[in-house]
Amino acid sequence: MSRQSVIQILLIAAVLASAWRLLVGTGQRTQAVRRLGLLLLLGLVVYSIIDPSKTWTNLARALGVGRGADLILYGLAVAFFGFVVTTYKRFRAMETRYTRLARRIALDEARPATEHVRQTGTGETLSADVTPPPSVKAADAD
Amino acid sequence: MQNDDVWLVVPLYNEAAVIADVVHEARAVFPNIVCVDDGSTDASAKRAELAGAAVVRHPVNLGQGAALQTGFAYALGDPSMRYVVTYDADGQHQIQDVDAMVQRIRRGDVQVVFGSRFLDERNEASVPKRAVLRAAVAYTNVTTGTRLTDAHNGLRVLRRDVVEKLDITQNRMAHASEIVAQIGSMRLDGAKVAYAEEPVHILYTDYSRAKGQSLWNAVNILAELIWR
Repeated sequence: MSRQSVIQILLIAAVLASAWRLLVGTGQRTQAVRRLGLLLLLGLVVYSIIDPSKTWTNLARALGVGRGADLILYGLAVAFFGFVVTTYKRFRAMETRYTRLARRIALDEARPATEHVRQTGTGETLSADVTPPPSVKAADAD
Repeated sequence: MQNDDVWLVVPLYNEAAVIADVVHEARAVFPNIVCVDDGSTDASAKRAELAGAAVVRHPVNLGQGAALQTGFAYALGDPSMRYVVTYDADGQHQIQDVDAMVQRIRRGDVQVVFGSRFLDERNEASVPKRAVLRAAVAYTNVTTGTRLTDAHNGLRVLRRDVVEKLDITQNRMAHASEIVAQIGSMRLDGAKVAYAEEPVHILYTDYSRAKGQSLWNAVNILAELIWR
């Protein structure tokens, strides 16, 4: 038994590694392979609709899984995991881009640092043209 | 003026109650302050501006890490800037501590000075909070190859060349560890960045306690760090 479980562990590791690459990879080839896999799955689905008797069960048996329903469940679990990871990555990338955009807008609309220093460089609080803070608190208390 | 080569970067989010006092107090020592308003829904930005700070307004709320990075970009726009200080808006930092840290960095042997709550016994943080903070420090030290006693302190003094190289992408809370990690792996002219720690006193007022993070947030920070 022990010899068998070692090879099982190795196989599982290999399958998971390739599934990981396939599911979360962003390269052109992995994307193409992913799409071909999806096409294959769709073909299988159509075939199993035409001949519902044993398609999934036979496939499951061939892979060493008990029932067709189990095979579909496992496949779904792996696919869902891949979906979560790719979605997270895509979301992070989008967040980064959108932060850069917002930062650019914020900096463009602000008075430049050099100008701010020139105007308040004496270390004094802005005075002449603005109301001093205590009364401001009252003024904009809403 | 003595400290006009220093810019205080203050991330600002809904602190209208205290920000004017914080800016006033800080400007007595450090004339250049930029408050990065992170989409506050109260009068924070206006009060900071009237108190004499430069204000940069994020059009939407992006998070404290993003606000710091915006503040860095703004301060870099001043060619006479030599040091950037990161400073919290809620009034829990002491301007005397900043002064000591800036004097430390002016000695010239280090490029970064971190504030630490754990170098002396002045702090009143609760026991579980201390435990979580220490665990966070241990994790940060292991993963970033730095040796700090307090990695999640909002007070830091950074020399211009360090600021130029920082690029914070962790918008939310994990940015503190990210800053430490980037400084840990940064090379300036082929040499590692030298840093020092200075003891700082965090004032846990009822106000800051009410606004402070719950310990549960440590879990979120950890998740953000792992799932970069």
